[in-house]
Amino acid sequence: MAAPTIDHTLDEVLNLAASHFKVPREKLTPDADFFKTLGIDSLQALDLLTRLEQHFRIELPDYELQGVSDFRTLANRIQSRL
Amino acid sequence: MNDFKGQTLSWQIVNGAIELSLHREACNEIGSLTLEELEEFVSALPALANDAHALIIHSTLKAGFSAGADLRELFQRSQGMDKDAALQGVRSFLQRIHAVMNTIDALPLTTIAAVHGVTFGGGFELALVCDLIIADRMARFCFPELRLGLIPGFGGIPRLKRDLGNAVVRDLLLTGRSFNVMKAQQTGLVSQIAAEGEALRVARATASQAGKFDKQTASAAKKFVKPIPYEELKREIDIFCDLYSRPAVEEGLRKFVENEGVQPYLP
Repeated sequence: MAAPTIDHTLDEVLNLAASHFKVPREKLTPDADFFKTLGIDSLQALDLLTRLEQHFRIELPDYELQGVSDFRTLANRIQSRL
Repeated sequence: MNDFKGQTLSWQIVNGAIELSLHREACNEIGSLTLEELEEFVSALPALANDAHALIIHSTLKAGFSAGADLRELFQRSQGMDKDAALQGVRSFLQRIHAVMNTIDALPLTTIAAVHGVTFGGGFELALVCDLIIADRMARFCFPELRLGLIPGFGGIPRLKRDLGNAVVRDLLLTGRSFNVMKAQQTGLVSQIAAEGEALRVARATASQAGKFDKQTASAAKKFVKPIPYEELKREIDIFCDLYSRPAVEEGLRKFVENEGVQPYLP
């Protein structure tokens, strides 16, 4: 099965973040800082990482997220594991 | 004392299982007060064990099972006293927590860690003393100590080496990354996965099953399959103390303690 496109992955990341952290989907944009937009700290970021790993059925080592704070880069990291 | 409610933890016997509940905000960081109450718990264990067939350790806090050692206290310990005294204090703390961990490890009951969320460092080490780890699907396991210039000090490496393959031990230790629950089960760390919020319920069902067997037989079986690596545990304390005395560790701790950013739990 072909891997989904990066646009599709990004869309799923934004949908999952909006739904889990109860933020209107339209407020989330690809280049937004997810710590600020979602109002989360590093513990909640780990929670998001776990949900993303489960959703995409991937393993994403958290050191790959070092310095990552926008949805687009996060989606790219996920895409590289699909 | 069949039940106790302390500042950092509580215990009671429920349906033949001792339930040790951790409840120190923010995420059950293990410092002096937790250690004192764990020591009280261990002192009460011989009497408790007479009335129980299992022990379940769990956290009542949303953030997780435990974020590990209280790093603020560890940092403050190094301030305002000479290096030798600070080091002696750390060694004494480690010897005391090892005594607690070794007692729980060797307990002649079936022991279960019911974990969720953050299960890091010393919290992970507390889970590792148990016979079984039952994890909520949102649990994450990590040994972040190398980021601070230290190794895990509460018995983590010898117990990981006892229980898991070397490749996994090295991955956890040398990358400092966290494992999700699927990875943790795949590698043999976690015996059962529970739905979100259900780890304690699953642990209670498992404890109830363990209670169906003859206590003496279960204890003999446990002793046979779970040797305690005492020599390596002692070496771990020595290595930790050697590393702790370096200035780089104080700097690493200072950086963590003074970090007000949003990412202190990311590597």
